[in-house]
Amino acid sequence: MATIVVDGRPYEADPARNLLDVCLSHKLDLPYFCWHPAMGSVGACRQCAVKQFKDENDTRGRLVMACMTPAADGARFSIADPEAKAFRASVIEWLMLNHPHDCPVCDEGSECHLQDMTVMTGHNERRFRFPKRSYVNQDLGPFVNHEMNRCIQCYRCVRFYRDYAGGADLDVFGVHDGLYFGRAGDGTLESEYAGNLVEVCPTGVFTDKTLKRHYARKWDLQTAPSICVHCSLGCNVIPGERAGELRRIRNRYNREINGHFLCDRGRYGYEFVNDERRVRRALAPHGPDRSADPLDPNEAIARVAPLLAGRVVGIGSPRASLEANFALQTLVGPDRFFQGISTRDKRLVDTALALLREGPSRAPTLHEVERADAVLVLGEDAPNTAPRLALALRQTAGVVPRQAVAGIPRWHDNAVRELIQDAKTPIYLATPVATRIDDLARRGQHAPPEEIARLGFAVAHALNADAPPVGGLAPEVAALAEEIAGVLRAAERPVVVTGTSCGSEAVLRAAAQVAWACGAGLCCVLPECNSMGLALLGGGSLDDAARALSDGDTLIVLENDLYERTTAADALLARAGHVVVVDHLAHATGARAHTLLPAGTFAESDGTLVNNEGRAQRFFQVFAPSGHSIRESWRWLRDVMNAAGRAEAAGWHALDDVIAALAAARPDLAGVRDAAPSAAWRFAGNKVARLPHRATGRTALHADRSVHEPRAVPDPDAPFNFSMEGAGVELPLPAALVPRFWSPGWNSEQALHRFQEEVEGPLRGGTPGVRLVAPGAGPIPWWRDPPGPFRRREGEWRVVPLHHVFGSDPLSMLSPGVAQRAPAPYVALAPADALGAAVVVTGEGFAATLPVRVLPELTPGTAGLPVGLVGPLPAVVEVKPA
Amino acid sequence: METPLTGRIRADGEVVTLAEYRRAGGYEGLRRALGMTPAEVQAEVKASKLRGRGGAGFPTGIKWSFVPMGPDAPRPKYVVCNADEMEPGTFKDRLLMEGDPHQLVEGMIIAAHAIEASVGYVFLRWAYRTAERRLRRAIAEAYEAGLLGRDILGRGVDFDLHVHVSAGRYICGEETALLNALEGKRANPRAKPPYPQVSGLFGKPTVVNNVETFVNLPHILARGAQWFDGLSTLSADGGTKLYGVSGRARRPGLWELPIGSTAREILYERAGGMRDGYRLRGFLPGGASTDFLTEAHLDMPLDFDTPMKHGSRLGTGTMILLDDRTCPVGMNANLQRFFAQESCGWCTPCREGLPWVSRLLDAMERGDGRPGDLEKLAHHAHFLGPGHTFCALAPGAAEPLQSGLRLFREDFERHIAERRCPYGGSA
Amino acid sequence: MLTPEEIDDIRHAIATLPHKQAAAIEALAIVQRHRRWIDDQALRDVGEHLEMSVAALEGVATFYNHLFRRPVGRHVVRLCDSVTCWMLGGDALRSGLRATLGVDLGETTPDDRFTLLTIPCLGCCDRAPALMIDDDLHTDLTPGALAGLLRRYD
Ligand SMILES: Cc1cc2nc3c(=O)[nH]c(=O)nc-3n(C[C@H](O)[C@H](O)[C@H](O)COP(=O)(O)O)c2cc1C
Ligand code: SF4
Ligand code: FES
Repeated sequence: MATIVVDGRPYEADPARNLLDVCLSHKLDLPYFCWHPAMGSVGACRQCAVKQFKDENDTRGRLVMACMTPAADGARFSIADPEAKAFRASVIEWLMLNHPHDCPVCDEGSECHLQDMTVMTGHNERRFRFPKRSYVNQDLGPFVNHEMNRCIQCYRCVRFYRDYAGGADLDVFGVHDGLYFGRAGDGTLESEYAGNLVEVCPTGVFTDKTLKRHYARKWDLQTAPSICVHCSLGCNVIPGERAGELRRIRNRYNREINGHFLCDRGRYGYEFVNDERRVRRALAPHGPDRSADPLDPNEAIARVAPLLAGRVVGIGSPRASLEANFALQTLVGPDRFFQGISTRDKRLVDTALALLREGPSRAPTLHEVERADAVLVLGEDAPNTAPRLALALRQTAGVVPRQAVAGIPRWHDNAVRELIQDAKTPIYLATPVATRIDDLARRGQHAPPEEIARLGFAVAHALNADAPPVGGLAPEVAALAEEIAGVLRAAERPVVVTGTSCGSEAVLRAAAQVAWACGAGLCCVLPECNSMGLALLGGGSLDDAARALSDGDTLIVLENDLYERTTAADALLARAGHVVVVDHLAHATGARAHTLLPAGTFAESDGTLVNNEGRAQRFFQVFAPSGHSIRESWRWLRDVMNAAGRAEAAGWHALDDVIAALAAARPDLAGVRDAAPSAAWRFAGNKVARLPHRATGRTALHADRSVHEPRAVPDPDAPFNFSMEGAGVELPLPAALVPRFWSPGWNSEQALHRFQEEVEGPLRGGTPGVRLVAPGAGPIPWWRDPPGPFRRREGEWRVVPLHHVFGSDPLSMLSPGVAQRAPAPYVALAPADALGAAVVVTGEGFAATLPVRVLPELTPGTAGLPVGLVGPLPAVVEVKPA
Repeated sequence: METPLTGRIRADGEVVTLAEYRRAGGYEGLRRALGMTPAEVQAEVKASKLRGRGGAGFPTGIKWSFVPMGPDAPRPKYVVCNADEMEPGTFKDRLLMEGDPHQLVEGMIIAAHAIEASVGYVFLRWAYRTAERRLRRAIAEAYEAGLLGRDILGRGVDFDLHVHVSAGRYICGEETALLNALEGKRANPRAKPPYPQVSGLFGKPTVVNNVETFVNLPHILARGAQWFDGLSTLSADGGTKLYGVSGRARRPGLWELPIGSTAREILYERAGGMRDGYRLRGFLPGGASTDFLTEAHLDMPLDFDTPMKHGSRLGTGTMILLDDRTCPVGMNANLQRFFAQESCGWCTPCREGLPWVSRLLDAMERGDGRPGDLEKLAHHAHFLGPGHTFCALAPGAAEPLQSGLRLFREDFERHIAERRCPYGGSA
Repeated sequence: MLTPEEIDDIRHAIATLPHKQAAAIEALAIVQRHRRWIDDQALRDVGEHLEMSVAALEGVATFYNHLFRRPVGRHVVRLCDSVTCWMLGGDALRSGLRATLGVDLGETTPDDRFTLLTIPCLGCCDRAPALMIDDDLHTDLTPGALAGLLRRYD
């Protein structure tokens, strides 16, 4: 630690950091634009100027840019120095010369970093009397709006999009004061991280296009801490609601997971919450046309409760909370609770969980992945199945070359990039088809899952002779395995990335074996947001459910569309005497329900999701839907149990009671209690306000009905109020309770540093979430049965599931922008197998005529089918000319 | 008086060929250098006290000494010749390259040996078509004669030399921006440190020197540091310097003189004084980015240190005259328009401040100056100064602005008061 | 499609550099030399050849003065507009050019013969005012000399 002096006061400083970072870490106000905590310094904007003095006797000093100046021991600075202040005001004045004076109507207003910095520097008088420059804007697709006139040329957008996220279609054009930041022409931004531009841009050039369609100011958005439901990584998010509509998603910093950035599926997938396919009333479909009568909630409960006297089978869901699944499990009993996923998927997830629990390898956080010094990716197409992980891997690529850079601090971004050129951390990728991070790989393999697994087992054997050898390897694969083993052996922080997406348990086992053999972290991507939670809870597959279901039984389906999961849904549903569906969306399963109960989405309910590392994280209700009978799934199930006179749920008044019951029933899951403070948490007797204290127009919103402000809906489940009354966000809230980032003078997401212990450090209230899964302490459970090589069979094509960031997740597909970016159904074939422009694909109840995508890297005898776009995938198909 | 740099250049405008160059003692410096260790070559150049002729006057030997040496140093290392010469009023490197290109080639090989570089680039401005042709020819001749390529002169030294023709931008002359341009990128400057000697072209150790700096090397190596230092007795600096005059002189031109010659000698003895009917009001001593000096400074030695003491710089040594019938506001308006246009757009003060300055000056020239404009200009002259911007382009622009405001204040005031240009100019 | 000559020239440029992308400026200049200017298709083709995105290449192309992303005439007149030429009659030369060619700065004559541009200091201030037509430098000019000069380019 060093000590520096700022305006006469000593401050502790890490000399490896720059002065701007240190000042912000000490919560000193210093304006800046081009610096970004995750992207470092480039010294372009000149906004962070301070005076530096040689020693105590130096009274003149010289201006330096804080972001480009190391916090060296003994260094003396002044932020308050009059010349430094005048210069900073001047920088703002320059930036404002051409900036529109439209803050009151600008959609960035109220969370604009430029606005904040303008106020901070005190620039308030216009002295420029010449015309402003203006630009033509571009159509950048469904997610990001472009308004170039607001640009202050800080270069952050290109630095994020191109340098940080590896995008190729956004850049800076022109020169001098004629710079343009955009695409070479109109068109959709290709990167699946483009949405981060909205937060990276310090003003309103790049804004959220979905928000624009139903715009609200940040100060009018009701927010609560939440978790993304669109993949298994569990990124922390801040959804914002106004007038019963979810308006947008913003990033919620969690150093261990998403840091500053989300993927576009997570940011823009929220629109299903507002979708017209939402189930908003209890319904009792009947008659041949299954027309539905709306039911009063009590009627609905009364309709279902008597059924509990008979045999009831429950089907849970990996996209429902742990609490909802537990409530169903309680209702039907563990033996009649089924996970609502196919046998194949269940085996995969169970295998992943077993590998993490029984073997010695720990699941790394994304933050740890970002610091790995060697990586092997086996089977997982991360950009499509876990996009935030792929973005982390892109940062991993710089780790080893950065270590080799002597004398240049890490934050000196351009200098470090120049020094490392295209050197990369050794990353090896083996996937069925090419991925968008293949450019990171030193070497790799595109092969069928069996072959990927064989490579993995061979690497494990090369690392540790206890791991079994693989017979009959091609010499080049054996050499590759040796090479990978050598790199992993030499690494200090190796990580193996794998997952369920290529549908192969062997791949999972092989990856675990490698991790075990070299002490690597084992990062395992799972299919859905609560796949891990459901696996921990237990229960059989859909096939098991079908076996357990007797004709005439009552079947309760929780937040699940069985038609997405199995081709046998019809048969299953037909055998049930009464089908109860608890869900927020109308879908094919709901259409077969006898009673349909309207559940809250993640935005209208609270609960716990367990991510792929086994971290239980709480999402809190963002808003209370009014005028509908929507309630949390667990509440419906509780009400039904209570109405049926069942004792188990009698004490379930609030979410905490369900969690307590879960902890009592399952001591191994008791950690869920600590995922977030309970509803009883108070600050000075207050709950936390979901609405910012500056929210406007609350009464006007209801003025057509009454000019009196309606009473806030009480919330027994969470330590939050549905109002602006209560504690604000300035105090050091427990991290899991931070509903938004705001601090006086810091209205944009740049307020974050006020919530962190230090810049890029954990939140002041700790890192949210609790790990439920720990590595085993016993002997390494080596798998001794590597698969044989892939052999093509006559007339048979082995299906390789292909995932799409936009398309494979059904919830986000209800966002029009996501749907627009999803591919049309297709089948991918090797060039030798492409029998025509379209082919007929059949097998295991699957039958479709699909256009052919020729993928040169695909092995003949395999066929790629897009997950989520053509229904449940068979394992093997036959392909014939159309 | 000795004129080692220009002595061979032919009066008929034709180029000095390899044969002629060698007849006149060319490549002897290289031969001597190759007989020395890199450390010895560096020591010789250091001893000569040669200072960079690109404008900043940094001692060349010291610049080289920051290059990591020895077997563990990163490789390849690069030598780059800055032949961008886009600063208005500057026209010295053109003559050296058009007239005697082998002298530059030889200088670069010597520098390469001194820092163990194996690849060199001449970064040449686009407009110098003749220089390009002649330089390429000279390089080809040198390859043929075993002076470039592998095992130069049988001494085990390898060096390849290429020409990069700039696609045009004044900022490319800034040495780190130049490196980005050579890498095929946008020519934004880089932060220093790290200096190019440590992390330069493609992240590798690189030395960038000006054309005129390089062409001194063959002579220093051939005839010794002492001889070089003795070329001038007028200054603590050694050697000769190319001095130029443009503007309303009788005979504008370029002359090689001992460094430290005075402006009076250059203007009145070489350039024949002012044209009839014109009086000298001031001059920019070394290109567009130096501060105005006046008659009072005519007898000051134009070396690296003296003009600094009088608030200006030697710069490139090519002076631009301001006569009494030229509007100093208009002249500044022209200069600032250039700087505003050539800003790379990376940092705020330069990108936004210079266009503002340029517009204010244009407005004044049009008769649209307003009270308060001078304060705005003074504000910019101060805040565009050294250390405030990312590179030295904007501080360079601030020099003629701030000295112009000081020396010709009444002209600026009259523009505003009379709402017209008293010289009848319009921007 | 890049022509074989263009590809050959680009290959030579790449050979002097450690990687393809470093030849971006040269490659664009080569294409321009063959076609006068760089149209969108040519930019895409160069990008493909150098394995660079169109956006990255466009970022480079739009930075530099001499890379033309809009069509120019058969001959490009570049008039120096820097300080010494300004002082010694650059404005008169500019008016003369405008009058003779009938086009303003940045424009091309309707017969596609000349495009009129300005250029910063040509490095021949001792012979000001000056201009370049294509690769030729012309110095010590007067407006009266323009017509005769332009006649040499058709
Ligand atoms: C905007 C700008 C333009 C420059 N242009 C040139 C130039 O055209 N030629 C040159 O030699 N140096 C130029 N320089 C100076 C170079 O950055 C560098 O100092 C010089 O090439 C070093 O060579 P030397 O040590 O031999 O003087 C320029 C500097 C700046 C800031
Ligand atoms: S001062 Fe700034 S904007 Fe101007 S040329 Fe230098 S880096 Fe570019
Ligand atoms: S934040 Fe320091 S220069 Fe931009």
